[in-house]
Amino acid sequence: MSTTRQYELVYVLTPESSDEQVAELHTQIEQIVQRYNGTIDKSENWGRRKLAYEIGHHREGNYVVETITGSGELMKEIGRRLRVLDAVIRHLVVRVDEELRVAERTRDARKSTQARRRTARGLPPEPQPGEGRGDNMDQDDDRGDKYDRGDRYDRGDKYEVQR
Amino acid sequence: MSEERGGGGRGRGGAKGKDADKNKGGDRPRGGFFRRRRVCKFCAEKIDYINYKDVRLLMPFLPERGKIQPRRISGTCALHQRKLQTAIKRARQLALIPYVTD
Repeated sequence: MSTTRQYELVYVLTPESSDEQVAELHTQIEQIVQRYNGTIDKSENWGRRKLAYEIGHHREGNYVVETITGSGELMKEIGRRLRVLDAVIRHLVVRVDEELRVAERTRDARKSTQARRRTARGLPPEPQPGEGRGDNMDQDDDRGDKYDRGDRYDRGDKYEVQR
Repeated sequence: MSEERGGGGRGRGGAKGKDADKNKGGDRPRGGFFRRRRVCKFCAEKIDYINYKDVRLLMPFLPERGKIQPRRISGTCALHQRKLQTAIKRARQLALIPYVTD
């Protein structure tokens, strides 16, 4: 009845909360996830971090990131729980499966076009190490900007003196 | 030493040395200062997914004030500017990036 999707949950706890409290909240979320037949794929604890702006007189926060696969109802329940808790100063749920799929598709598409073009030019499909212009950083030479070069200043009398 | 550059003054040939100096700040052939052709950072570096948790990636697109840099300045392509925008807004909600700085 409910489709499973991948979500990313980020929540920020008050800087006062201890490691035990963080661990406890994590197990609480784990229980909710299990109750709704979901799974926690990844759990990351960033630890204490400075907030970019003040939230309720806090200047720092404990960040935790969890990647959860489950239904929308599950995330709704988790969101409801987190809203109630005073220790949680901010939380965000983002659905990521679609975005990651899109990213993967574009990556694959780029790879296949590259391979096709390379084989058309009679090269092996994968780029070899040490091939090309070295670094990709400086691909824009400034050709075509030539008409804009009127910015040089007066070179002084130097040339007249030499002449 | 007449520094007249008629008709848009495209031809550089006439204005050399001293004349070029006087021309500064006056009418330039095509609008203003040296302009580098910008390339979309995400296209160039082949970043497919703009992660909102990657503050280091997002920060260059927020000038001092904390506003999102328009793509006419940063050179980001429309697709990536749109994705960048959502990423920045998510990061702001989590206080990873400021809404405003003064």
